[in-house]
Amino acid sequence: MTQGKEFLLEIYRRMVLVREFELRAIEERRRGLIPGFIHSCVGQEASAVGACLALRKEDVITSTHRGHGHLLAKGGEPKYMMAELAAKAPGYCKGRGGSLHISDFDLGILGANGIVGGGFPAAAGAALAFQMRKEERVALCFFGDGAINEGTFHEAANLAGVWKLPVIFLLENNLYGEGTPQDQASPLEDLAIRASSYAFPGVSVDGNDPLAVYEATQEAVARARKGGGATLVECKTYRFRGHYEGDPQVYRKPGEMAEWMKKDPIPTFREKLLKDKTASENEVKAVEDGIRQVLDEAVAFATQAPVPQVEEALAGVYADTHNGLVF
Amino acid sequence: MTMREITYREAIREAMSIEMRKDTSVFLMGEDVGVFGGVWGVSEGMLGEFGAERVRDTPITEAAIIGAGLGAAMVGMRPIVEIMFGDFLMCAGDQIVNQVAKARFMSGGKANVPLVIRVTTGAPGSAAAQHSQSPESWFMNVPGIKIVCPATPADAKGLLLTALRGQDPVMFYEHKMLYGESGAVPEEDFTVPFGQAAVVREGSDVTVIAVGIMVKKALEAAEALAKEGISLEVIDPRTLVPLDRETLIRSVAKTGRVVIAHEAHERGGPGAEIAAVLASDAVEYLDGPVLRVAARNVPLPYSPVLENYVLPDAADIIKAVRSFWAQKGA
Repeated sequence: MTQGKEFLLEIYRRMVLVREFELRAIEERRRGLIPGFIHSCVGQEASAVGACLALRKEDVITSTHRGHGHLLAKGGEPKYMMAELAAKAPGYCKGRGGSLHISDFDLGILGANGIVGGGFPAAAGAALAFQMRKEERVALCFFGDGAINEGTFHEAANLAGVWKLPVIFLLENNLYGEGTPQDQASPLEDLAIRASSYAFPGVSVDGNDPLAVYEATQEAVARARKGGGATLVECKTYRFRGHYEGDPQVYRKPGEMAEWMKKDPIPTFREKLLKDKTASENEVKAVEDGIRQVLDEAVAFATQAPVPQVEEALAGVYADTHNGLVF
Repeated sequence: MTMREITYREAIREAMSIEMRKDTSVFLMGEDVGVFGGVWGVSEGMLGEFGAERVRDTPITEAAIIGAGLGAAMVGMRPIVEIMFGDFLMCAGDQIVNQVAKARFMSGGKANVPLVIRVTTGAPGSAAAQHSQSPESWFMNVPGIKIVCPATPADAKGLLLTALRGQDPVMFYEHKMLYGESGAVPEEDFTVPFGQAAVVREGSDVTVIAVGIMVKKALEAAEALAKEGISLEVIDPRTLVPLDRETLIRSVAKTGRVVIAHEAHERGGPGAEIAAVLASDAVEYLDGPVLRVAARNVPLPYSPVLENYVLPDAADIIKAVRSFWAQKGA
């Protein structure tokens, strides 16, 4: 499949945005701007971007603890994300959520999740709503190879299978569930075959190739929109940093990281753009410089933003507080 | 309003049907709610009126039922989900505690979760330890959920309509032994607000704060004690979250004595919270200890002999009430 220049540059732009966002967030955490956890997705940019480019704005995603890439790829604003990580008032969740809980309902981002496997049922439920209202929308559920062993995967996939729900289970198999290698957590090498238990298609693709992810997701999305039901798309990828920032990573297999670094999605795609003469060195650099500027602005915004008023802690648990009986 | 006698079960069905006729975003899903009409018969006949899309049978899959309710709610639906035994809520524990309850707060107030979780509570008789629990207090410690315990057919209808028109997740506890109870219920559309306790019977000597089926038992106790000249005031909080502290305190200020009655286990049950509220805000009115009448702190046994020993009833309330005077005399 050939793709237009603008589209290919957009892929590159979003992947660089995700990578640079993560690196800046890690740096700002070290500098003290960010108080909480960061589970970075450095190395996994292609699956987030390839999948989200196959979606429309009105489609929804559920995300994970390693969710910054998903959010940015779906259109999340770096400055509100950075402000949320910095626990500031104008952050996406007013400083109540942090990295693990960022959402933007206007963009169809139903939320990152601090619970591994926590988002499967909600994705199925959103898809059910679309199906019941006869809307041509889909729900895309990001998850990892760790989450696929949670019971909620089975429950949600089974519902999606029996009701033919317009949901895409987008598995980012980065070979480790926290610190345990995937081959110790499941007897399967290709986790996509689990889809056969629910009578919907499962495919495994090179998760470091954004075009491969895009094409597989697009096919799944097109089928879902036409009433053809769910798909499991497995993206084989690798995370270049720890499960969380500070993870000593004693579990890595020797030589594995070096092998995967050769398949780093960003330089690989950059080289492809240049080799295919899709874009010039100057054009690629302009994209990179543009992203750096966006992130400088995001960090400046987060730094200068006010912290929340303490009273905010006692607001917004409920929509209706029954004259102050509950918050 | 036009009153007529219907059962608690019919009142719940009526509330769901009223809302489903008015609002196409409302739908019911759960195990056997469609063709079967619900194992408790609550949704009997609704499949015929609303069809299988909106009265939706699910697999046996509690985490997905509640979690899918959450997902549908977040994109604009108003799902009602039925969990046929409260004991099964723990199969969906993460979805309730970490997902449903926290969605609005974590999102900075942007997630709307108008999800009603209808769930049965209480011992139906020899159903043993995994089908008899009263899990009302399990989620009182989780901010983000509202907890509703209707004791009468009229309250069942009015409270459920309030739940269905709100924007917050509600756990609606239906006592299995109340489904067949009849009572006067307005024929019209009407609501009972959350956070307003009902003074079910006025009295002057002892306040009995009773939850769910214990309201009925408290009224039986009040009848019996009236013959001895002891006057009970029976208060039904109706919703445990939010809790109408003011009505409880006002009653205790009048009587000076209080018994809290619920079918949930005594330790950490709803009465623990109510007692703490009274200890902090009504201690100056109390002429005696705050007493609890509740299930003993063991799993519910199968044998009727054992089960009756463990569960609270009207006689236990009477005994607790009499103890105020026994202590005085001692």
